[in-house]
Amino acid sequence: MAASSERSPPPFPESEEQELEHDLEEDEEDSEEGADIFTGGTLSDSAMDPPLPVSSSEPPKDIFSEPPADTFKDPLNKTSAEKAASGGLSKAQAAVPVKVAADEELDDLFSDSLGESGAAPVTDAKIAPLLDLGEEPQKSDVIKKGAGKDDASTEVLSAPQNDVIKKDIFEEPPKGAAKDLPTDIKDGNAAGKKPASTDLFGDDDDEDLFKEPLGAMTKKPQGSLFTEAKSEAKAARPEQSNSAAADLFTEEAFTVTPVVAAAKSSVNTSSKTNGLHSDEEDLFAEATVELSLDSPHNDRRKREAAKPSAPAPSLSASASTSKPQPKTLEELEEEEKEDTFDLNISVTNPEKVGDGMNAYMAYKVSTQTSLSMFRSKQFTVRRRFSDFLGLYEKLSEKHAQNGYIVPPPPEKSILGMTKVKVGKEDPSSAEFVERRRAALERYLHRVVSHPSLLQDPDVREFLEKEELPRAVSTQALSGAGFLKMINKATDAVSKMTIKMNESDVWFEEKLQEVESEDQQLRKLHAMVESLVNHRKELSVNTAMFAKSVAMLGSSEDNTALSRALSQLAEVEDRIEQLHQDQASNDFFIFAELLADYIRLLGAVRACFDQRMKAWQRWQDAQNMLQKKRETEAKLLWANKPDKLQQAKDEIVEWEAKVSQYEREFERVSATVRKEVIRFEKEKSRDFKKQIIRYLESLLQSQQQLIKYWEAFLPEAKAIA
Amino acid sequence: MIKLIVQLSSPSLLRSVSVDLNNDSSLLIDIPDALCERDKVKFTVHTKTTLNSFQKPDFSVSRQHEDFIWLHDTLVETEEYAGLIIPPAPPKPDFESPREKMHKLGEGEATMTKEEYTKMKQELEAEYLAVFKKTVQVHEIFLQRLSSHPNLSKDRNFQIFLEYDQDLSVRRKNAKEMFGGFFKNMVKSADEVLISGIKDVDEFFEQEKTFLLDYFSKIKDSTAKAEKMTRSHKNVADDYIHISATLNSIAADDNTALKQHLEKFAELLEKLRKVEGRVASDQELKLTELLRYYMRDIQAAKDLLYRRARALADYENSNKALDKARLKSKDVAQAEENQKQCLLKFDKLSESGKKELTSFKGRRVVAFRKNLIEMAELEIKHAKQCVILHSTCIDLMDSSFIFAVVQVRGRR
Repeated sequence: MAASSERSPPPFPESEEQELEHDLEEDEEDSEEGADIFTGGTLSDSAMDPPLPVSSSEPPKDIFSEPPADTFKDPLNKTSAEKAASGGLSKAQAAVPVKVAADEELDDLFSDSLGESGAAPVTDAKIAPLLDLGEEPQKSDVIKKGAGKDDASTEVLSAPQNDVIKKDIFEEPPKGAAKDLPTDIKDGNAAGKKPASTDLFGDDDDEDLFKEPLGAMTKKPQGSLFTEAKSEAKAARPEQSNSAAADLFTEEAFTVTPVVAAAKSSVNTSSKTNGLHSDEEDLFAEATVELSLDSPHNDRRKREAAKPSAPAPSLSASASTSKPQPKTLEELEEEEKEDTFDLNISVTNPEKVGDGMNAYMAYKVSTQTSLSMFRSKQFTVRRRFSDFLGLYEKLSEKHAQNGYIVPPPPEKSILGMTKVKVGKEDPSSAEFVERRRAALERYLHRVVSHPSLLQDPDVREFLEKEELPRAVSTQALSGAGFLKMINKATDAVSKMTIKMNESDVWFEEKLQEVESEDQQLRKLHAMVESLVNHRKELSVNTAMFAKSVAMLGSSEDNTALSRALSQLAEVEDRIEQLHQDQASNDFFIFAELLADYIRLLGAVRACFDQRMKAWQRWQDAQNMLQKKRETEAKLLWANKPDKLQQAKDEIVEWEAKVSQYEREFERVSATVRKEVIRFEKEKSRDFKKQIIRYLESLLQSQQQLIKYWEAFLPEAKAIA
Repeated sequence: MIKLIVQLSSPSLLRSVSVDLNNDSSLLIDIPDALCERDKVKFTVHTKTTLNSFQKPDFSVSRQHEDFIWLHDTLVETEEYAGLIIPPAPPKPDFESPREKMHKLGEGEATMTKEEYTKMKQELEAEYLAVFKKTVQVHEIFLQRLSSHPNLSKDRNFQIFLEYDQDLSVRRKNAKEMFGGFFKNMVKSADEVLISGIKDVDEFFEQEKTFLLDYFSKIKDSTAKAEKMTRSHKNVADDYIHISATLNSIAADDNTALKQHLEKFAELLEKLRKVEGRVASDQELKLTELLRYYMRDIQAAKDLLYRRARALADYENSNKALDKARLKSKDVAQAEENQKQCLLKFDKLSESGKKELTSFKGRRVVAFRKNLIEMAELEIKHAKQCVILHSTCIDLMDSSFIFAVVQVRGRR
């Protein structure tokens, strides 16, 4: 225990509270706690798993909270053993409903999904990361061990109840994937089995392990956070040195890069105590690294996994063929890129529809993709600006409260649009339209490059559906807009009033970073805008000079000099064009990037606010609970048994609420953390790309400049 | 305030506007340094000569801007030189614009980072220095034009200006004189309009007059436009400073892989602003100054034409007076004498004016050629430097990305 807390690099203050919480709920089932974690995973999973909406409804919460407690209490060794032996998909399918029969809801869920697609949503969730894991097991012997042990575990173990489920889940998918990724699968399978083998060490641990992949899959580390806290609490009871594993998980959640190193180092330490576990830890570490992979990838695999597949036995054999780690990382990076470009969206052909003040601009949104989630590989829809805003509204309504960074669309511009509406074909309105078109394109790119948002049905609908219901609440001057303004105002007030005593330094520092970055980006944006203006000015002045020189040349009486001067005028004319182009490059490549990121930073801050709100809810509930307890004590003292029962019920109710809000807070925190890391990564990439693009544009204009002046030089020399 | 002692180490570089001066080594003048105290600029005028009209072959004196103006005015007023294009007087040293900027910068200090402020200050100091150098340069050119002129170089006042080792203590123009000068200018302009109606007998001058009038307005316009252009170019260069500084401060806060890129980018912009600044100042030196100088030179040529036209008008008046005198047969001899004088003067003016204007034309073409070539070469040089800077920076960024990845992997 002590060792574990020492090893986890960022101090994790929540764990203390967790422990307290744990004490409070001592009498509750351990398994229920585990189940909660499950719930978190599945819920968030549902949010990003539209293809299988079965799981998106609330029920999973209950389903998962109970089964481990009730159904799985009875040792189902036989079924599990059977399954392990056969490894058959159909059997697994059958087995799950049987076991879960006690709980109807769970039954439904499992059987539904299993029956329909051959792969339950739950399984999907776990499969994908596990599969990925499979690609990068570092030590072959380790894997063999894992694979080998899994058989043993089912038979030998005294309490492997949960194992059953795990087995099913893990065994199916890898087999499915076998078709496309023969080598990977095996690894994947091996990996899939290893978690199963953890059962050796009792429910608690293997729950932890389980949660890890789940959390990973959903791009939320909350699973691991939770795990850490709980396993720490539990570590005292079970004898194994599992706490090490927990540490690892938390670490992974915090940082993406050092994860592997941490995992590796801990392998050494923990392998002494139990070799098996350490392997898994590594695998999971990889899983979290993999998180950054885009979900389309996972999606694909899920489908593959759904297909019936090769038998399990051969799996362990090929485990030794797994590649060394660094190589796989490289692959990951490549894959990442591939995945991002799997979806190519362009916004083109801005077109004015209608007349007068009711006119609007419609844009052609064309998508080109190889992703299976779309009906076809190529499709085009027409969307108007308010549709984009509507998409944002929908997305932010659904995802912002969970701590996701929802990319904001370009701002409404009444002035710019009015100009367009009035129909003046002047360059400024053309520039406005182009600017907006580009901004909308970038906006869509950002949305689809977010793995969770891409999975949202509204995004798909936006890209695919011919007709979209008119977005109403997006008008700045409408009633809805007014309501929004009021909401924003109250939010701002409550933000000021909430005094959050920050429990996690990371968040505090990040928020500060984000705020100062916001300021500096604003400053930089102003500077770049002034550069754009100055360059435009330069272009105008150059044009005027060119004209003037042309006039001078025309009145010059020396023929050669006159010729040279008119040549100079021509050169200056071209340079004027160059400056103008460069000004628009300054603007479109540089200034717009900054403007985008200023808006995005606003979204990042909003997700910090969401975390604070969640915290506030939790605190309020805690206060409420405290009050209820006090009333109970008073009643007890006043000896009023009739009201006492009601008070007790209320306490129970509020206790549940407190723990629910706390979990929510943890979940939001974890999401925020992950999102911020993702955002930073994306930002790095974006900035780098744009800076290079900008430099290239500068380079090009300088090269042109050389050409122009070199052409002029002989003219100047020809003056006699 | 700033005190500057400028050692003009490479006068050749400064002589960019230089007019084609005949390389007569009998009288060589330069301004090796100058001292700036508040509004007063003291130029050290150094003369090297083989002429025996001077007491020593090598000597230096200290002169102020007003002394130059005095010299110019005396030359203009000398009847003898009416037929010559008197080199335009150097413009008054103008440190107002950098000073004003400096003031503005001081006000805006709070909004800038320290680094940014320092850089802006440096930039302003550089600009100040450039203005200073330019001032020195135009004064030098004025003297060199005089020294290279066969007639003007022998002028007594000029020689005194060069040789007299005490303060010339030229009396500053008092208010009355200032007004007088203004009034004289008005009369002159009115007169110019009046006599411009007189048809010239000589086609060369008629042609030259229309050409110069037209050319003057054109070159005046071009000068203004070129000035605007270079000024906005400077603004662009200044923007680079701000952007670079802000990027640096962002990079300081950033600790992702982006940090290096931002730093590189900032570094590049810092270099670019120097290059862009050079482009702007070179354009100013080679183009704007050239145009400005010739604008003033053309003004001087126009003045010559005016003096000739005046002489012509005088001659015609004297003709009329002679006719009148003959009619009245009174003071005929005097009128005849006057008419003869006027004709003589006019002829002399025409003759030397023709010569001057022809040489002016040649001088102008040569100067334009030289400057345009130099400017084109400089532009190419700067653009090439930019290209190198850009491509190295792009390469660095690409390679640094790979490097960062390797580093991350190494850590893993």
